[in-house]
Parts: sequence; C-alpha cells; structure tokens
Amino acid sequence: MRIAPTPQTFSQLEALARQLRFRVVRTSHLSGTPHLGSCLSCLDLLVYFYWNVLYIDPGAPAAPDRDRFVLSKGHAAPALFQVLAERGFYPIKNLDHYGENGSLFGEHPPTPSHLAGIEAATGSLGHGLPMGLGMALASRVKELPYRVYVVLSDGECNEGSVWEAALLAAAQKVNNLTIAIDYNKWQATGRSDEVLGLAPLADKWRAFGWCVSEVNGHSFDEINRTIHANESDPRPKAIIAHTIKGRGVSFMEDDNNWHYRIPNDEEVYRAAMELGIAEDDVNIKGHKRASHD
Amino acid sequence: MRNAFADEVTQLAAADQRVILLSGDIGNRLFDKLRAQSPDRFLNCGVAEANMMGVAAGMGLCGLRPIVYTITPFTTTRCLEQIRVDVAYHESPVTIVGTGSGLSYASLGPTHHSLEDFAIFRAIPNIQILAPWDAPSLRSLLRQALAGSRPTYMRIGKKGEKSLVSIEQVPGIGHGLTVRQGKDVCIVAVGTMAAEALEAADQLTIQGIEAEVVLVHTVKPVPEALFADISARFDSIVTVEEHARIGGFGESLLSFLARQGVAKRVKVLGTGDEFLTVVGSQTYSRRYFGLDADSLVQAAENVCTSVDARRKC
Repeated sequence: MRIAPTPQTFSQLEALARQLRFRVVRTSHLSGTPHLGSCLSCLDLLVYFYWNVLYIDPGAPAAPDRDRFVLSKGHAAPALFQVLAERGFYPIKNLDHYGENGSLFGEHPPTPSHLAGIEAATGSLGHGLPMGLGMALASRVKELPYRVYVVLSDGECNEGSVWEAALLAAAQKVNNLTIAIDYNKWQATGRSDEVLGLAPLADKWRAFGWCVSEVNGHSFDEINRTIHANESDPRPKAIIAHTIKGRGVSFMEDDNNWHYRIPNDEEVYRAAMELGIAEDDVNIKGHKRASHD
Repeated sequence: MRNAFADEVTQLAAADQRVILLSGDIGNRLFDKLRAQSPDRFLNCGVAEANMMGVAAGMGLCGLRPIVYTITPFTTTRCLEQIRVDVAYHESPVTIVGTGSGLSYASLGPTHHSLEDFAIFRAIPNIQILAPWDAPSLRSLLRQALAGSRPTYMRIGKKGEKSLVSIEQVPGIGHGLTVRQGKDVCIVAVGTMAAEALEAADQLTIQGIEAEVVLVHTVKPVPEALFADISARFDSIVTVEEHARIGGFGESLLSFLARQGVAKRVKVLGTGDEFLTVVGSQTYSRRYFGLDADSLVQAAENVCTSVDARRKC
C-alpha cells in the first residue's frame, strides 16, 4: 500500500531546512566530515522530495511499491542522513555517533541492506542515475506504480555514464524517472562550466530527449510548480536546479573552500545564529573529537 | 554455448517473471525467440556498458533477476567499477555473462581477449565466478545462479563446444566433476579447457601414465573440498585454464596447498604476462601459450617424472 506524503507548507519546509542545515554544520564540526558546501546546496531539494513528493513509509522501508530516492551525489550523504533521521527512518540520536569508528554514518551512504531508507550506496559519481534508471525500468516488469527520483551534482555530469543513462532513458521513454541537478556551478577544484564544457546544461538534456525545466533550487514554490506541471509528461524529466553552494550560511555561500573545510566552534556558532537556532541548542562545547585516527 | 545460452534464457524467462536479459547491442537475431515470447524482458542497452551494469544492479534491487550479456571484456573490465560497487557491494542478484571468453576470439586481437577476468573478480567480495565447459554445464549453472541470489559472473565460450556430460551430471556450484579416473597425475581443467584435458589424458595413456581428469566450473567460491580431495590422492597435479597464470584458478590451488602446509608437485598452465599481438585461431593461440593437449601431456609427464625422480633419491 503506497503511503502518500502529507505535504508541508513552504514555511514549514523552510523552518525544517534551517534546522537540518544547522545539524549538518554541527555534525561536520563534531565529526570532521567535509563537503558542507555540497550538502547545503542540495538540502532544499532533499527536504522537498522527502516531505512533499515521495510515497514512502519509514515503517516499511523495503515496501516494493515505495518511491525510490537516489542521492547520486553521494558526498552529500551528511545531508541525507539528517533528512532520513528527521523523516523517521531511524532515531536522530543514532547520529550522535556520526563518524566514529564502526559507525554507518560517514562521508557516503552505506548500502540499503545496512541502513533503512538508503536506496543506493553512492559516492563514486555517475552511478546513481544508471541505478535509478534500472529501478524505474523494473517497475514496468513488476507492474508497480512507483516513481524514481535522483539528485545529481553538476560536477557529476562530467561522468560519461550519466549521459549513457540519459540516452537509454530517452529511448525507453521512461516516464517515472525524475532527476534534479544541483547546479551550484562549482566542482571540487573549480567552476563546473570551466573544468569541462557543461553549459548550456539545460540544452544538453533537452537535446537528449528529456523534459527539462529550470528552477531556483532553493525555492520550494518553484520546485513544487515544476514537479506538478510536468508530472504527466511521457518523457524522463530533468530539473536543472540553480543553487548556491553553501546556501544558508553567509560565509560559506559560493565559497568553494567549503567543499573540504570543517567549521570551527566559532563558525558553527555564527552559522547557528544566521539559521535562527536558539543559543541553547548549539551545544557544541565539549563534544568535539578527532574524526580520524 | 552461445545458442544454448539464448535458449536457456528464453526458457528461464518463460518460467520466471523476474528474469530479464540486458544486451550490449550484440547477438543479432540470437534472442529473437526471447523477444517474441517476453518482449518486456529483453532490453538492448546499446553500446553503453557502464550504464547497462548500473541499470542491471538497480533492477536487481527492485526484485528482478537481470542477466547482462555482451562480449567478455565489455561486460567485465569496461564496466568494472559498476560491477564492484553497484552489483557486488549492493549484493544485487545480477548474473553477468561474458561471451567469447578466454581466447575464443583470439583472431580479434587483445581488445577482445579475456585473460584477466578470474584474477579481477577473485579479489572482489560477494561475487561468484563460473566457467562452464559445454552447453549442458552452461544451462545447469545458469539455472543454479538464478535459483540463488548471489551476484554471479559467468564466462562462456562461443559456438560448437562438444557436450561432454548430460545436464544431470553437472555438479553444483563449488564442486568439480571427475570425468576420467587415474592414479598417476590429476589434470584439473577449468571451463572450456575440458576437451584439451581429455585429449591429453588419451595421449598419456599411450605413454603408460594414468591421468585423472577433473572438470571445474567454479573459480569462486574456491572449491576447497575438491582441492583437499585431490591433494590427498595425488602427488602430481596439473591445472589448466584459458586465463593468465597470474591471479588465476591455478594460483588458488597453490594458495590452498601453501595454507595447508602440503607440498605437491603442481604445474599451473595459463597464459603468460603478455598480450598476444599477432592474430591467429583459438587453436593457434592456445598452442602459443602452451594450453593445448600436447602441452598438457608434456606438463603431466614433467610432474610425474619429477615425483618419480624424487622417490628414487
């Protein structure tokens, strides 16, 4: 039995996103986990999908007819781990041991058989879309009504396998597959339009036969409108989500140093204040520990 | 083997709604029956193997039993990371089939040879490695692989391999089959080397050497019970595989013997540490690498002679 989402208002989603942003920043500080910029740029997409789109039941994470969400940019797992906990797949307190030796919570997602809610153990770029496409194609054979959503990074579109999947999805007219590209214009070492010739990104996906829309990836209203406008389009769907790396924390925004940098105590505190977190909830003193042996 | 593969997949797809064949744009007309019978269970993924393997893994995670099929280098090394991560790490029940393996496509050059696949997959967790020797063993192994849920790699030959046993005689995954008994030397033949081994055994009889011939279709899980049995009964052992000596089946026997602390006279026949840069038939290429029946005879004689010599000391 498919469980429909209970849509949240945009202001509820915004409050939730602020809270989750803070937890991601705090966890990065406590555990030494990098890729903050990448996490913060796709967090609004994750929040929107998990609260307002996906037919999922945290109580039945392996239900055959559930919607599938694949975070193809696996290095944003710190954001996904917070989202899954808040959505009820496991207790939030499980994240207290983030990054400790023996923990499941680190830089990339483990496999679905190791952690409820995860659909694919991504981390090597260019894997999530082909796997998501396979999931979408399987629904035809299984005659199940689920949909598949995949979030990719713009840097990830360097990988040839992304475009191989784009070709097959178009040829097979896979209508239950939607991707969102977190187009924050940065990859690890430079501007994504300069490292490889990514632009014009939307035109590329159009040329590959996809139903393409461009949105502000931090506007729940715009994401919501494009999802509903294209729902019945028979083609695979690509949402080019224009985003800001490090979104939500002023001194991280569009600064690629935060691809790897870990915030210190003071920076966590400043981020908390910007995100409207109560001072008592910042709670970082005495928790810091070395993340690596 | 190729035709038997197409026929067996068609039968399996008829019996099991989870079976779906993914092809990398090869097998022109080979799968016409399957396509007519189960059009939703044949997917030509084009010349895009990395994506094909990821798609198969995703399907496996959603309850299907995908079989991925193309020429061996393209279904192995071309998309190795997808196999390692998407299939093996996720334990997705995908059966990867490489056709024209070993030196089957000798005349096509090293781009189409597969002499490293055992070595590579032996090092990857969760994946079993199978190498049938004829059409009946291929059919049996395919059924066994699909009856289980482990990620599987199966390398098959091409066309016209002589059937050596009936399908009922094919042992289970992880076991070997003694097709000829002997007392002087044991020849362990992997996959399509079976026919060469049997021919060598005939020749050895003429020279007064009684060779036992054991056919092996499982490289991993390592057939340790078989190794224990052979090493308990023979001082002289020859292994032969259409694969590099480095990292191959023969090495797994040597490793087993070393761990057991057992000293045996073993000759491992396989291809050398080189690309075969000239064209030639499979027969020519096997002879080049010393994998033909004559080379097996020589190897068997050598290990027997050295044992005899040692005993005289």
